[in-house]
Amino acid sequence: MCLAIPVKIVSIDGDEAETEIAGVRRRVSIALTPEAKLGDYVLLHTGYAIGVIDEAEANETLKLLEEIASLSEVH
Amino acid sequence: MKFIDEYQDNKLARGLAYKIAKRSTKTIRLMEFCGGHTHAILRYGIRQLVPKTVEMRSGPGCPVCVTATADLDKAIALAHLPDVIITTFGDMIRVPGSYSSLQQAKAEGADVRIVYSTIDAVEIAKANPKKSVIFIGIGFETTAPTIAASILKAQQEKIENFYVLSLNKLTPPVMKALLDSGEVKLDGIIGPGHVSVIIGSHPYEFIPRDYRVACVISGFEPLDILLCIDKLVEQIEKGEPKVEIAYPRGVRAGGNRKAWQLTERVFEIGEANWRGIGIVPQSGLKIRKKYERFDADEAFSVSLNLSREPKGCRCGDVIRGAAMPLECKLFRKVCTPESPVGPCMVSSEGACAAYYQYGTPENLQGFKADMEQVDG
Repeated sequence: MCLAIPVKIVSIDGDEAETEIAGVRRRVSIALTPEAKLGDYVLLHTGYAIGVIDEAEANETLKLLEEIASLSEVH
Repeated sequence: MKFIDEYQDNKLARGLAYKIAKRSTKTIRLMEFCGGHTHAILRYGIRQLVPKTVEMRSGPGCPVCVTATADLDKAIALAHLPDVIITTFGDMIRVPGSYSSLQQAKAEGADVRIVYSTIDAVEIAKANPKKSVIFIGIGFETTAPTIAASILKAQQEKIENFYVLSLNKLTPPVMKALLDSGEVKLDGIIGPGHVSVIIGSHPYEFIPRDYRVACVISGFEPLDILLCIDKLVEQIEKGEPKVEIAYPRGVRAGGNRKAWQLTERVFEIGEANWRGIGIVPQSGLKIRKKYERFDADEAFSVSLNLSREPKGCRCGDVIRGAAMPLECKLFRKVCTPESPVGPCMVSSEGACAAYYQYGTPENLQGFKADMEQVDG
Protein backbone atom coordinates (compact mmCIF):
# COMPACT_ATOMS: atom_id res chain seq x y z
CA MET A 1 0.00 0.00 0.00
CA CYS A 2 2.96 2.27 0.38
CA LEU A 3 3.63 1.62 -3.28
CA ALA A 4 4.63 4.76 -5.15
CA ILE A 5 5.88 4.99 -8.71
CA PRO A 6 7.82 7.75 -10.47
CA VAL A 7 5.70 9.53 -13.07
CA LYS A 8 6.56 12.59 -15.18
CA ILE A 9 4.49 15.76 -14.99
CA VAL A 10 3.43 16.79 -18.49
CA SER A 11 0.98 19.57 -17.61
CA ILE A 12 -0.25 21.38 -14.50
CA ASP A 13 -3.72 22.73 -13.79
CA GLY A 14 -4.02 24.21 -10.29
CA ASP A 15 -3.43 21.46 -7.75
CA GLU A 16 -3.83 18.76 -10.37
CA ALA A 17 -1.35 17.52 -12.95
CA GLU A 18 -1.36 15.31 -16.01
CA THR A 19 1.37 12.69 -15.56
CA GLU A 20 2.87 10.05 -17.79
CA ILE A 21 4.63 6.74 -17.28
CA ALA A 22 5.51 4.34 -20.11
CA GLY A 23 3.02 6.03 -22.42
CA VAL A 24 0.15 5.86 -19.91
CA ARG A 25 -1.32 9.17 -18.81
CA ARG A 26 -3.08 9.86 -15.55
CA ARG A 27 -4.45 12.93 -13.80
CA VAL A 28 -3.12 13.18 -10.26
CA SER A 29 -3.35 15.57 -7.34
CA ILE A 30 -0.25 17.64 -6.60
CA ALA A 31 -1.84 19.22 -3.51
CA LEU A 32 0.82 17.56 -1.34
CA THR A 33 3.72 18.69 -3.57
CA PRO A 34 3.03 22.31 -4.52
CA GLU A 35 6.71 22.68 -5.45
CA ALA A 36 6.34 20.21 -8.37
CA LYS A 37 7.13 21.75 -11.77
CA LEU A 38 6.51 20.80 -15.37
CA GLY A 39 8.94 18.02 -16.37
CA ASP A 40 9.55 16.92 -12.78
CA TYR A 41 9.19 13.29 -11.83
CA VAL A 42 6.98 12.77 -8.78
CA LEU A 43 6.29 9.70 -6.68
CA LEU A 44 2.65 8.79 -7.29
CA HIS A 45 0.79 7.10 -4.43
CA THR A 46 -2.97 6.42 -4.57
CA GLY A 47 -3.67 9.33 -6.89
CA TYR A 48 -1.45 11.85 -5.11
CA ALA A 49 2.10 13.00 -5.80
CA ILE A 50 3.77 12.56 -2.41
CA GLY A 51 7.28 13.74 -3.27
CA VAL A 52 9.37 15.18 -6.10
CA ILE A 53 12.27 13.01 -7.27
CA ASP A 54 15.66 14.64 -6.86
CA GLU A 55 17.38 13.95 -10.20
CA ALA A 56 20.81 15.07 -8.97
CA GLU A 57 20.60 12.59 -6.08
CA ALA A 58 19.38 9.88 -8.46
CA ASN A 59 22.46 10.43 -10.65
CA GLU A 60 24.77 10.46 -7.62
CA THR A 61 23.41 7.09 -6.48
CA LEU A 62 23.93 5.62 -9.96
CA LYS A 63 27.49 6.95 -10.07
CA LEU A 64 28.18 5.36 -6.69
CA LEU A 65 26.72 2.02 -7.84
CA GLU A 66 28.87 2.09 -11.00
CA GLU A 67 31.98 2.76 -8.94
CA ILE A 68 31.18 -0.17 -6.67
CA ALA A 69 30.64 -2.44 -9.70
CA SER A 70 33.93 -1.38 -11.33
CA LEU A 71 35.82 -2.00 -8.07
CA SER A 72 34.37 -5.50 -7.79
CA GLU A 73 35.55 -6.27 -11.35
CA VAL A 74 39.15 -5.54 -10.46
CA HIS A 75 39.23 -8.48 -8.04
CA MET B 1 10.89 3.48 -17.12
CA LYS B 2 13.06 6.24 -15.75
CA PHE B 3 14.09 5.91 -12.09
CA ILE B 4 13.06 2.24 -12.15
CA ASP B 5 14.95 0.36 -14.87
CA GLU B 6 18.39 1.74 -14.02
CA TYR B 7 18.03 0.48 -10.45
CA GLN B 8 17.48 -3.08 -11.63
CA ASP B 9 20.79 -3.50 -13.48
CA ASN B 10 22.23 -6.98 -13.09
CA LYS B 11 25.90 -6.02 -13.32
CA LEU B 12 25.59 -3.26 -10.73
CA ALA B 13 23.70 -5.67 -8.45
CA ARG B 14 26.56 -8.17 -8.64
CA GLY B 15 29.03 -5.43 -7.77
CA LEU B 16 27.07 -4.59 -4.65
CA ALA B 17 26.60 -8.24 -3.73
CA TYR B 18 30.36 -8.72 -3.98
CA LYS B 19 30.99 -5.71 -1.76
CA ILE B 20 28.50 -6.90 0.86
CA ALA B 21 29.98 -10.41 0.90
CA LYS B 22 33.48 -9.03 1.29
CA ARG B 23 32.49 -6.71 4.10
CA SER B 24 30.29 -9.07 6.11
CA THR B 25 31.98 -11.08 8.86
CA LYS B 26 29.41 -11.00 11.69
CA THR B 27 26.21 -13.00 11.62
CA ILE B 28 23.45 -10.40 11.71
CA ARG B 29 19.68 -10.18 11.53
CA LEU B 30 17.94 -7.43 9.59
CA MET B 31 14.24 -6.64 9.46
CA GLU B 32 12.64 -5.12 6.41
CA PHE B 33 9.84 -3.13 7.96
CA CYS B 34 7.92 -2.66 4.76
CA GLY B 35 5.87 -5.29 2.94
CA GLY B 36 6.89 -3.70 -0.34
CA HIS B 37 10.50 -4.54 0.53
CA THR B 38 9.57 -8.13 1.43
CA HIS B 39 8.05 -8.58 -2.02
CA ALA B 40 11.02 -6.99 -3.81
CA ILE B 41 13.50 -9.08 -1.80
CA LEU B 42 11.75 -12.33 -2.75
CA ARG B 43 10.93 -11.27 -6.30
CA TYR B 44 14.48 -10.30 -7.21
CA GLY B 45 16.18 -13.12 -5.32
CA ILE B 46 18.04 -10.76 -3.00
CA ARG B 47 18.38 -13.47 -0.35
CA GLN B 48 20.51 -15.40 -2.85
CA LEU B 49 22.68 -12.37 -3.49
CA VAL B 50 23.54 -11.62 0.12
CA PRO B 51 25.91 -13.82 2.16
CA LYS B 52 24.61 -16.40 4.63
CA THR B 53 25.78 -14.14 7.46
CA VAL B 54 22.86 -11.82 6.72
CA GLU B 55 19.50 -13.12 7.96
CA MET B 56 16.38 -11.25 6.94
CA ARG B 57 13.00 -11.03 8.66
CA SER B 58 9.80 -9.41 7.49
CA GLY B 59 8.20 -6.81 9.73
CA PRO B 60 4.79 -5.24 10.32
CA GLY B 61 4.82 -2.95 7.28
CA CYS B 62 1.66 -4.15 5.60
CA PRO B 63 -1.33 -1.94 6.47
CA VAL B 64 -3.92 -4.55 5.53
CA CYS B 65 -2.12 -7.21 7.59
CA VAL B 66 -1.82 -5.12 10.76
CA THR B 67 -5.47 -4.08 10.75
CA ALA B 68 -6.89 -5.75 13.85
CA THR B 69 -9.68 -8.25 13.32
CA ALA B 70 -11.94 -6.19 15.63
CA ASP B 71 -11.48 -3.15 13.35
CA LEU B 72 -12.18 -5.23 10.28
CA ASP B 73 -15.34 -6.56 11.97
CA LYS B 74 -16.41 -2.96 12.51
CA ALA B 75 -15.90 -2.17 8.81
CA ILE B 76 -18.00 -5.21 7.89
CA ALA B 77 -20.74 -4.19 10.34
CA LEU B 78 -20.76 -0.66 8.85
CA ALA B 79 -21.18 -2.21 5.40
CA HIS B 80 -24.43 -3.85 6.56
CA LEU B 81 -26.00 -0.56 7.71
CA PRO B 82 -28.77 0.74 5.43
CA ASP B 83 -27.88 3.37 2.83
CA VAL B 84 -24.15 3.00 3.38
CA ILE B 85 -21.52 2.65 0.66
CA ILE B 86 -18.18 1.32 1.85
CA THR B 87 -15.16 2.43 -0.16
CA THR B 88 -11.85 0.71 0.40
CA PHE B 89 -8.49 -0.12 -1.10
CA GLY B 90 -8.65 -3.44 -2.92
CA ASP B 91 -6.78 -5.79 -0.63
CA MET B 92 -9.06 -5.15 2.35
CA ILE B 93 -12.09 -6.67 0.72
CA ARG B 94 -10.82 -10.26 0.83
CA VAL B 95 -9.41 -10.29 4.36
CA PRO B 96 -11.41 -12.64 6.56
CA GLY B 97 -12.82 -10.99 9.69
CA SER B 98 -14.10 -12.96 12.68
CA TYR B 99 -17.31 -14.05 11.00
CA SER B 100 -17.32 -12.58 7.49
CA SER B 101 -15.40 -10.36 5.08
CA LEU B 102 -16.21 -7.21 3.14
CA GLN B 103 -16.41 -9.41 0.05
CA GLN B 104 -18.97 -11.64 1.73
CA ALA B 105 -20.91 -8.58 2.89
CA LYS B 106 -20.95 -7.42 -0.73
CA ALA B 107 -22.23 -10.81 -1.86
CA GLU B 108 -24.98 -10.49 0.75
CA GLY B 109 -26.09 -7.19 -0.76
CA ALA B 110 -23.94 -4.55 0.94
CA ASP B 111 -22.58 -1.81 -1.31
CA VAL B 112 -18.79 -2.23 -1.07
CA ARG B 113 -16.64 -0.54 -3.69
CA ILE B 114 -12.92 -0.75 -4.34
CA VAL B 115 -11.23 2.57 -4.97
CA TYR B 116 -7.73 3.41 -6.11
CA SER B 117 -7.66 6.75 -4.29
CA THR B 118 -9.48 8.77 -1.65
CA ILE B 119 -10.27 11.13 -4.52
CA ASP B 120 -12.51 8.40 -5.97
CA ALA B 121 -14.22 7.91 -2.60
CA VAL B 122 -15.08 11.62 -2.41
CA GLU B 123 -16.41 11.48 -5.98
CA ILE B 124 -18.64 8.53 -5.04
CA ALA B 125 -19.99 10.60 -2.13
CA LYS B 126 -20.74 13.49 -4.48
CA ALA B 127 -22.52 11.20 -6.92
CA ASN B 128 -24.62 9.54 -4.19
CA PRO B 129 -25.88 12.37 -1.96
CA LYS B 130 -28.58 10.19 -0.38
CA LYS B 131 -26.09 7.57 0.79
CA SER B 132 -23.43 7.70 3.48
CA VAL B 133 -20.06 6.96 1.92
CA ILE B 134 -17.50 5.57 4.36
CA PHE B 135 -13.84 5.23 3.39
CA ILE B 136 -11.95 2.55 5.31
CA GLY B 137 -8.84 4.55 6.17
CA ILE B 138 -5.99 2.11 6.44
CA GLY B 139 -2.34 2.86 5.77
CA PHE B 140 0.79 4.36 7.26
CA GLU B 141 2.26 7.86 7.05
CA THR B 142 2.48 7.51 3.25
CA THR B 143 -1.29 7.30 2.90
CA ALA B 144 -2.45 9.44 5.85
CA PRO B 145 -1.89 12.77 4.04
CA THR B 146 -4.09 11.61 1.16
CA ILE B 147 -6.87 10.75 3.62
CA ALA B 148 -6.43 14.10 5.37
CA ALA B 149 -6.65 15.79 1.96
CA SER B 150 -9.92 13.98 1.22
CA ILE B 151 -11.49 15.18 4.48
CA LEU B 152 -10.37 18.75 3.79
CA LYS B 153 -11.76 18.52 0.28
CA ALA B 154 -15.09 17.21 1.56
CA GLN B 155 -15.22 20.08 4.04
CA GLN B 156 -14.31 22.65 1.42
CA GLU B 157 -16.89 21.35 -1.04
CA LYS B 158 -19.49 20.92 1.74
CA ILE B 159 -19.94 17.22 1.07
CA GLU B 160 -22.07 16.12 4.00
CA ASN B 161 -22.16 12.37 3.35
CA PHE B 162 -18.45 11.47 3.34
CA TYR B 163 -16.93 9.68 6.33
CA VAL B 164 -13.63 8.03 7.21
CA LEU B 165 -13.12 5.09 9.52
CA SER B 166 -9.64 6.05 10.66
CA LEU B 167 -7.44 3.00 11.14
CA ASN B 168 -4.24 4.80 10.13
CA LYS B 169 -1.08 3.74 11.86
CA LEU B 170 2.35 5.21 12.51
CA THR B 171 5.59 3.36 11.93
CA PRO B 172 8.20 4.65 14.45
CA PRO B 173 6.02 3.82 17.51
CA VAL B 174 5.50 0.22 16.38
CA MET B 175 9.23 -0.16 15.70
CA LYS B 176 9.75 0.96 19.29
CA ALA B 177 7.16 -1.55 20.51
CA LEU B 178 8.93 -4.38 18.65
CA LEU B 179 12.36 -3.34 19.95
CA ASP B 180 10.99 -2.98 23.50
CA SER B 181 9.49 -6.47 23.42
CA GLY B 182 12.91 -7.94 22.57
CA GLU B 183 11.15 -10.97 21.07
CA VAL B 184 13.22 -10.82 17.89
CA LYS B 185 16.74 -9.58 18.29
CA LEU B 186 17.65 -7.22 15.48
CA ASP B 187 20.91 -5.67 14.36
CA GLY B 188 19.49 -3.47 11.67
CA ILE B 189 16.26 -2.19 10.13
CA ILE B 190 15.62 -1.60 6.44
CA GLY B 191 13.59 1.58 6.86
CA PRO B 192 10.37 2.21 4.91
CA GLY B 193 11.10 4.34 1.84
CA HIS B 194 7.75 5.91 1.08
CA VAL B 195 6.73 6.45 4.70
CA SER B 196 10.01 8.37 4.96
CA VAL B 197 9.22 10.49 1.89
CA ILE B 198 6.56 11.98 4.18
CA ILE B 199 8.15 11.93 7.65
CA GLY B 200 11.84 12.11 6.76
CA SER B 201 14.60 10.33 8.66
CA HIS B 202 14.59 12.16 12.03
CA PRO B 203 11.73 10.15 13.64
CA TYR B 204 13.98 7.05 13.56
CA GLU B 205 16.87 8.60 15.50
CA PHE B 206 15.80 6.80 18.69
CA ILE B 207 16.57 3.42 17.08
CA PRO B 208 20.40 3.69 17.05
CA ARG B 209 20.43 6.00 20.10
CA ASP B 210 18.30 3.90 22.47
CA TYR B 211 18.66 0.38 21.04
CA ARG B 212 22.03 0.42 19.22
CA VAL B 213 20.24 -0.85 16.12
CA ALA B 214 21.20 0.41 12.65
CA CYS B 215 18.49 1.95 10.46
CA VAL B 216 18.88 2.66 6.75
CA ILE B 217 15.97 3.94 4.67
CA SER B 218 15.66 2.14 1.36
CA GLY B 219 13.95 2.50 -2.00
CA PHE B 220 12.12 -0.42 -3.56
CA GLU B 221 14.20 -1.44 -6.57
CA PRO B 222 16.70 -4.28 -6.11
CA LEU B 223 19.74 -2.01 -6.25
CA ASP B 224 18.19 0.29 -3.65
CA ILE B 225 17.74 -2.63 -1.28
CA LEU B 226 21.25 -3.99 -1.88
CA LEU B 227 22.72 -0.54 -1.29
CA CYS B 228 20.74 -0.31 1.94
CA ILE B 229 21.97 -3.74 3.08
CA ASP B 230 25.54 -2.71 2.26
CA LYS B 231 25.20 0.39 4.46
CA LEU B 232 23.60 -1.63 7.26
CA VAL B 233 26.38 -4.23 7.15
CA GLU B 234 28.99 -1.46 7.17
CA GLN B 235 27.43 0.21 10.25
CA ILE B 236 27.04 -3.07 12.11
CA GLU B 237 30.58 -4.26 11.30
CA LYS B 238 31.96 -0.96 12.59
CA GLY B 239 29.69 -1.02 15.63
CA GLU B 240 28.42 2.45 14.74
CA PRO B 241 24.66 2.26 14.26
CA LYS B 242 22.97 5.39 12.90
CA VAL B 243 20.13 6.52 10.65
CA GLU B 244 21.06 6.81 6.99
CA ILE B 245 19.12 7.43 3.80
CA ALA B 246 19.97 5.03 0.96
CA TYR B 247 17.10 6.43 -1.12
CA PRO B 248 18.11 10.10 -1.47
CA ARG B 249 16.29 10.60 -4.77
CA GLY B 250 13.03 10.17 -2.88
CA VAL B 251 13.68 10.90 0.79
CA ARG B 252 14.89 14.14 2.39
CA ALA B 253 15.84 14.20 6.06
CA GLY B 254 13.02 16.65 6.79
CA GLY B 255 10.38 14.72 4.84
CA ASN B 256 7.46 16.35 3.05
CA ARG B 257 6.50 19.02 5.58
CA LYS B 258 3.47 20.24 3.68
CA ALA B 259 2.00 16.71 3.58
CA TRP B 260 2.63 16.13 7.26
CA GLN B 261 1.22 19.53 8.28
CA LEU B 262 -1.96 18.66 6.41
CA THR B 263 -2.09 15.32 8.23
CA GLU B 264 -1.66 16.99 11.61
CA ARG B 265 -4.38 19.49 10.82
CA VAL B 266 -6.95 16.72 10.46
CA PHE B 267 -5.59 14.01 12.76
CA GLU B 268 -4.25 13.76 16.26
CA ILE B 269 -2.10 10.96 17.60
CA GLY B 270 -3.71 8.25 19.70
CA GLU B 271 -3.37 4.58 20.42
CA ALA B 272 -3.97 1.93 17.76
CA ASN B 273 -4.75 -1.77 17.78
CA TRP B 274 -2.25 -3.82 15.72
CA ARG B 275 -2.90 -7.42 14.71
CA GLY B 276 -0.41 -9.67 16.46
CA ILE B 277 0.94 -6.84 18.60
CA GLY B 278 -2.08 -5.34 20.37
CA ILE B 279 -2.64 -1.79 21.52
CA VAL B 280 0.41 0.37 20.87
CA PRO B 281 0.30 3.84 22.44
CA GLN B 282 0.80 6.87 20.18
CA SER B 283 0.77 4.68 17.09
CA GLY B 284 -2.51 5.67 15.46
CA LEU B 285 -4.22 8.66 13.92
CA LYS B 286 -7.61 9.81 15.19
CA ILE B 287 -9.73 12.46 13.49
CA ARG B 288 -9.61 15.73 15.45
CA LYS B 289 -12.76 17.09 17.10
CA LYS B 290 -12.89 19.91 14.57
CA TYR B 291 -13.48 17.36 11.80
CA GLU B 292 -15.56 14.88 13.80
CA ARG B 293 -18.51 15.11 11.43
CA PHE B 294 -16.37 13.12 8.98
CA ASP B 295 -15.50 10.52 11.60
CA ALA B 296 -17.35 7.23 10.98
CA ASP B 297 -16.71 6.27 14.61
CA GLU B 298 -18.70 9.33 15.75
CA ALA B 299 -21.44 9.17 13.14
CA PHE B 300 -22.35 5.49 13.23
CA SER B 301 -22.75 2.99 15.97
CA VAL B 302 -22.57 -0.74 15.38
CA SER B 303 -22.73 -3.58 17.85
CA LEU B 304 -19.98 -6.13 17.55
CA ASN B 305 -19.50 -9.64 18.80
CA LEU B 306 -16.19 -10.52 20.38
CA SER B 307 -13.61 -10.81 17.63
CA ARG B 308 -11.73 -14.04 17.06
CA GLU B 309 -8.62 -14.90 15.11
CA PRO B 310 -8.60 -17.55 12.40
CA LYS B 311 -7.64 -20.89 13.93
CA GLY B 312 -4.03 -21.90 13.31
CA CYS B 313 -3.18 -18.66 11.50
CA ARG B 314 0.23 -17.26 12.46
CA CYS B 315 -0.13 -13.85 10.79
CA GLY B 316 0.40 -12.20 14.17
CA ASP B 317 3.76 -13.95 14.60
CA VAL B 318 4.74 -13.19 10.99
CA ILE B 319 3.89 -9.51 11.47
CA ARG B 320 6.21 -9.31 14.50
CA GLY B 321 8.99 -11.09 12.62
CA ALA B 322 8.76 -13.89 15.20
CA ALA B 323 7.90 -16.52 12.58
CA MET B 324 8.62 -16.98 8.90
CA PRO B 325 5.61 -17.74 6.69
CA LEU B 326 7.03 -21.22 6.08
CA GLU B 327 6.76 -21.97 9.78
CA CYS B 328 2.97 -21.69 9.66
CA LYS B 329 1.35 -25.10 9.29
CA LEU B 330 -1.42 -23.62 7.15
CA PHE B 331 0.98 -22.04 4.63
CA ARG B 332 0.49 -23.31 1.07
CA LYS B 333 -1.70 -26.16 2.32
CA VAL B 334 -4.85 -24.65 3.78
CA CYS B 335 -3.90 -21.01 3.24
CA THR B 336 -3.34 -19.89 -0.35
CA PRO B 337 -3.94 -16.64 -2.25
CA GLU B 338 -7.12 -18.17 -3.71
CA SER B 339 -8.38 -19.17 -0.28
CA PRO B 340 -6.54 -17.05 2.28
CA VAL B 341 -6.94 -17.71 6.00
CA GLY B 342 -5.12 -14.60 7.20
CA PRO B 343 -4.37 -11.14 5.79
CA CYS B 344 -0.66 -11.84 5.19
CA MET B 345 -1.73 -14.19 2.37
CA VAL B 346 -4.28 -11.71 0.97
CA SER B 347 -2.40 -8.47 0.73
CA SER B 348 -0.10 -7.67 -2.15
CA GLU B 349 2.31 -6.60 0.60
CA GLY B 350 1.76 -9.55 2.91
CA ALA B 351 4.81 -11.66 3.74
CA CYS B 352 2.95 -14.95 3.20
CA ALA B 353 1.77 -13.82 -0.24
CA ALA B 354 5.37 -12.91 -1.15
CA TYR B 355 6.70 -16.28 0.01
CA TYR B 356 3.89 -18.06 -1.82
CA GLN B 357 4.43 -16.17 -5.07
CA TYR B 358 8.22 -16.01 -5.24
CA GLY B 359 9.37 -18.63 -2.78
CA THR B 360 11.21 -21.02 -5.09
CA PRO B 361 13.56 -23.46 -3.34
CA GLU B 362 16.60 -21.45 -4.55
CA ASN B 363 15.03 -18.28 -3.23
CA LEU B 364 14.49 -19.75 0.19
CA GLN B 365 18.01 -20.98 0.81
CA GLY B 366 18.61 -21.29 4.51
CA PHE B 367 15.00 -22.10 5.23
CA LYS B 368 15.14 -25.76 4.33
CA ALA B 369 14.81 -26.81 7.93
CA ASP B 370 11.60 -24.85 8.22
CA MET B 371 10.23 -26.32 5.03
CA GLU B 372 11.06 -29.84 6.08
CA GLN B 373 9.46 -29.21 9.43
CA VAL B 374 6.28 -28.01 7.74
CA ASP B 375 6.24 -30.61 4.99
CA GLY B 376 7.15 -33.41 7.37
